[in-house]
Amino acid sequence: MITGRPARIRTRYDVAVVGGGPAGMAAALGARESGAESILVIDREREAGGILWQCIHSGFGLHHFKEELTGPEYAQRYLEEMLEAGVDLLTDSFVADIDRDRRLKVMTGARGVHVVEAGAVALAMGARERTRGAIRIPGTRPSGVMTAGLAQKIVNMHGYLPGRRAVILGSGDIGLIMARRLTLEGVEVMGVFEIMPHANGLNRNIVQCLHDFDIPLYLSTTVAEIHGRDRVEKVTVAPVDENFRPILGKAWDIDCDTLLLSIGLIPENELSRQLNLSIDQVTGGPVVDSRMETSKSGVFAGGNVVHIHDLVDFVSQESLLAGRGAGAYLSGGRPPPDNIRVIPGENVAYCVPHSIASERPHTIYMRVRRPLEKCLIRFGEVLEKKLSYVFPAEMVSLKVRPELLEKFHGDALKVDILPRA
Amino acid sequence: MTRETPRDVIIVGGGVIGCAIARELSRYRLDVLLIEKECEVGFGTSKSNSGIIHAGHHASTDTLKGRLEWDGNQAWDQIADELGFGFQRVGELMVAFDDSQLGTLEKIKAQGEGKGVPDLEIWEPERIRKEEPSLSTDIIAALHAPTAGVVNPYEACFGLIDNARENGVAIVVETTVESVAADDDGAIVLGTSRGRHAARFVINAAGVHADRIAALAGVGSFRITPRKGEEYLLDKRLKGLVKRIIFPCPTPTSKGILVIPTFDGTIMVGPTAHETEDRSDLTTTMAGGDEVFASVKRVVPGVSERDCIAEFAGLRAAAKGEDFIIGPTDLKGFVNVAGIQSPGLTAAPAIARMVTDILHDEGLGLVPDDGFVPTVTHPIRVASLPLEEQIGLAGHDPRFGHVVCRCEHITEGEVIDSIQRGAQTLDGIKFRTRAGMGRCQGGFCSWRCMELIAQEKGVPLTSVTKRGGGSWIICEREDGGGR
Repeated sequence: MITGRPARIRTRYDVAVVGGGPAGMAAALGARESGAESILVIDREREAGGILWQCIHSGFGLHHFKEELTGPEYAQRYLEEMLEAGVDLLTDSFVADIDRDRRLKVMTGARGVHVVEAGAVALAMGARERTRGAIRIPGTRPSGVMTAGLAQKIVNMHGYLPGRRAVILGSGDIGLIMARRLTLEGVEVMGVFEIMPHANGLNRNIVQCLHDFDIPLYLSTTVAEIHGRDRVEKVTVAPVDENFRPILGKAWDIDCDTLLLSIGLIPENELSRQLNLSIDQVTGGPVVDSRMETSKSGVFAGGNVVHIHDLVDFVSQESLLAGRGAGAYLSGGRPPPDNIRVIPGENVAYCVPHSIASERPHTIYMRVRRPLEKCLIRFGEVLEKKLSYVFPAEMVSLKVRPELLEKFHGDALKVDILPRA
Repeated sequence: MTRETPRDVIIVGGGVIGCAIARELSRYRLDVLLIEKECEVGFGTSKSNSGIIHAGHHASTDTLKGRLEWDGNQAWDQIADELGFGFQRVGELMVAFDDSQLGTLEKIKAQGEGKGVPDLEIWEPERIRKEEPSLSTDIIAALHAPTAGVVNPYEACFGLIDNARENGVAIVVETTVESVAADDDGAIVLGTSRGRHAARFVINAAGVHADRIAALAGVGSFRITPRKGEEYLLDKRLKGLVKRIIFPCPTPTSKGILVIPTFDGTIMVGPTAHETEDRSDLTTTMAGGDEVFASVKRVVPGVSERDCIAEFAGLRAAAKGEDFIIGPTDLKGFVNVAGIQSPGLTAAPAIARMVTDILHDEGLGLVPDDGFVPTVTHPIRVASLPLEEQIGLAGHDPRFGHVVCRCEHITEGEVIDSIQRGAQTLDGIKFRTRAGMGRCQGGFCSWRCMELIAQEKGVPLTSVTKRGGGSWIICEREDGGGR
């Protein structure tokens, strides 16, 4: 096992990376590429790699490695690359606090509490799952209600089952993956219930995880009540009206001992708030420029901590930029600042990064609010491109080449995604 | 489990009342046992209590609860100090929206002054705006009572019982009383789900089940009608929205729906008040949530359903007549402490003293125990220590550097300590340490907490529960493939 555990924890690093999941590992590599000499990655789990270890299904790496890998394979490749690059890795460790001077309070399981000073910081804390409280499901509070990600960890990492008969609320990707996984493990999956009129996961997961296993997907339907004193005994499900309130006259009960929640992810931004970073109210993550630098100089961010991604490949790609930015911050080899703000327009919920520079190439990531077929994406007056479809569950990316911006002299460009006339 | 000699006292029910009585009795040389139905003390009504130490002026001195309320209030500073849990006198504001409610404020103010509750003041709108800028501008006056405070009710239960235990009180959990009978020697014998226990005195502090226990003893002259209250906990971001507990003007059966700055700094809104026949009905409802938020928005317009991170419900043990029922019964040695609804938490220390006096009057000899230690070893709270102390502590014992709960920054050392103090379940750890109580609601830490319970207790992971009984969390794979 490669551990990369440093012989001693230095008091100062060129770049400190908070989080050792796919975002943090890519950021560390980016920092190395751009010249940082001492790099520390801090991860709270026993092994770096983040959520990838529990994602034992395939489908990772198609963009980045041009082959289909499992989560652990993807993690292992990055981990080896990172450790070969001489990055110090501190696992079982938790960054409790970062102050204005980029001093990190690191609490470790084996080496006590340390204060580490960083020339630049890359935030890569990832995301957490939304829980029951966030959506107010009426009923009792028995055991057997858990997030899909926790269930995935229990099954794939520890070899136990979360129950014998499950209902899944929410059609996020983790929920879809778990519908298949639990079915393979002999758990009876009674259906996936989605309050929205459209699914929330990738289409390939709907097909491969539900259709292929005859697991029903109920759209515009939600769990209206949880029953059972000690353990879940059944749930009441009901279609919803236009205000997303359950229509109880059309409700029915399903006997089950488990309710998995796959109702979305929230960027994990406690440290960002401590640092008083500007937060985008839509993404829940920090506002970033095209080098993934946040509103605080020397603090960079990448991956799910900035906005929720569908594919790990894009997490790696974005975080590599964040790491490069952090490395370059120290050497002073910083490119000129951004000169164009990117503004979400019609049917665009948000755009990342929030600004770009006209002399460099960029990829702008965004999410739509509503599905559309045969549509187009318009980037101010500089670019218009046809899209065959858009879907809130699938991130849209737009590549922008510097040539396009040569003749643009404004300071803001709006992105619209519109039906074709 | 039958012993040769009966104990001096058995307390039935480990809510805050039972725990306070246990601790009070542990001052004396007595053989005391507390029997609790749930897996941990405080896990019935007390856990879901709003956590308010009422200012002392709410109830009339014509009632027992009105007399015990102010006495109890004054005892909390010392108890919190000795037992190491948080208590803060944040004060309360009772708000009036129209002239008809002004009379109620005046009446309650006079009632409090009659009891000696100090510094009651009626505030004009200008003062309200200045002190509590989030409150609705429709409020025309408010009664300020600085003596009101907040605690975490479960922490109070744990502090009381830990101290009682250290001073010799025995405790059994997950045990229900099934029969009550007097034996020939004048002792009372309790048949329970886990064997027989006998004592010369039995205190019935069984909360919503107190009428049933009294009926088993043949002295069931009252009936408890549980009144359910739903509470909604809001995200930490709203910390500071209100500084004081905000009350609407009360109705005859309820203090209304409140906005409570909890001791931890989160805002809690609730409770509803609806009678239920089902004594295990801890459901939250769509209607209850709607009622709470509609009512709260009228008082604090900035509150929204979207800020909710958790919800729960509890049952008030209300008796007909709405007063406490405390006293000896026709069964010699059997003492009822029933109908304890609001302000039961506030009054708990006074109730414990009153019960001790009753036992004395009934013939129990009270010899002070010279070895009584009024304090407990305070649990370590790593997150609240200064950096130097954290470095020192974690250097000495690395478990206090290992963060298990990332939302509340709770370390492995604290979780293990809570298990050693008696936490048996995930909820037991959660309510003792706050691990699992934050934003992610246990998504990240519950597995580690389960491992620690299994490790400390030497039990398989599959036998770890959320809160005892049938609340199992994981099961074996069909092929038994678990590690």
